[in-house]
Amino acid sequence: MVIYGVAILAGCFLFGMFCGELIGTLMGIDSNVGGVGIAMLLLIVVVDKLQKDGKISLPAQSGLAFWNAMYIPIVIAMAASQNVLGALTGGPLAIIAGIAVVLISWLVVPLLSGKKAKESAIEFNKNHPATGEVN
Amino acid sequence: MWEALKTALESNGLITGFVIVGITMYVAYLISNKLTKGLIHGSAIAIVLGLVLAYFGGVYSDGTKGLADISIFAGIGLLGGSMLRDFAIVATSFGANFDEIKKAGIRGISSLFIGVGLSFVVGIIFALIFGYTDAVSLATIGAGTVTYIVGPVTGAALGASSEVIAISIAAGLVKSVLVMVGTPFIARFIGLNNPLTAMVYGGLMGTTSGVTGGLAATDVRLVPYGAVTATFYTGLGCLLCPTLLFILTDMIW
Repeated sequence: MVIYGVAILAGCFLFGMFCGELIGTLMGIDSNVGGVGIAMLLLIVVVDKLQKDGKISLPAQSGLAFWNAMYIPIVIAMAASQNVLGALTGGPLAIIAGIAVVLISWLVVPLLSGKKAKESAIEFNKNHPATGEVN
Repeated sequence: MWEALKTALESNGLITGFVIVGITMYVAYLISNKLTKGLIHGSAIAIVLGLVLAYFGGVYSDGTKGLADISIFAGIGLLGGSMLRDFAIVATSFGANFDEIKKAGIRGISSLFIGVGLSFVVGIIFALIFGYTDAVSLATIGAGTVTYIVGPVTGAALGASSEVIAISIAAGLVKSVLVMVGTPFIARFIGLNNPLTAMVYGGLMGTTSGVTGGLAATDVRLVPYGAVTATFYTGLGCLLCPTLLFILTDMIW
């Protein structure tokens, strides 16, 4: 059933958020630390196990694939609810510092990713579950 | 008639959001295919359209949530809010390869620390150029260039002035918007076409909305790898900026 897939996703999400809150509390900061990252790793492991055991049906997987495919529309809604006016009227220091940090970080990306990255591009998997318009 | 339409849209906000985003994407893909012959990806155009809508929403309502501040479009804020956004980010990991993540583990983690440190230093340099000399203001503006969440968290912890906190938030917003829009254009030049680089990218840039939006517009398969590091970045920034990085700043100035 579709809901099984959605429930697995939601369960991993909540568990990750819970861990993120705990880590934040332990660190003494009022912020969720890595909750989403933990949830993602958990989901990858759980789904991989279920798929190998053949315990996750196609409808259940489509419950996961739906939210996977909804990602871009959600990002667009997120873009439409950003404080763009605030960014543009933040004054010259904010704008210049914001642009500079992005440009400098872009320059550092190839330095950190190194040569190995090019090799892994070749193996980059072609089967993405978000069927439909994947580029 | 207008009242009835307004009520229908307002009381079904999330559903209205689906329609608005659907129309925006349709227009964006039309522009992508007809005007740029597919050269600029449809989702990149859709994100820019979203940001333009957010700008006019901000002008019209004088609020901070873009289009979502206009009552009939409030559902956009729910659809694009942190709950559904994070839920969908987690869903993108369905299809990600765990071995790739393990392979890039060390580089991903080191890029997080380098990313936070580098952004902080760049923010401080520009704050100095603009005449700020006290450690609290410098650290707060430096934290703002980390992300727009780390800025106010640090500023509040250190007791920075509201003017400085506002600058730090704005700097973080500029970063987020630029990463969202610029990533698809810069991707070719920095080798951003594989899981490892995407993880480094997430760790270096850090702004979750910027990174995941930018990667979605570049190649949606890269999203989980960038997101898995980026989502640790703000937490790390909130931890390091008001403590270690502030103490270092305070020692120098």
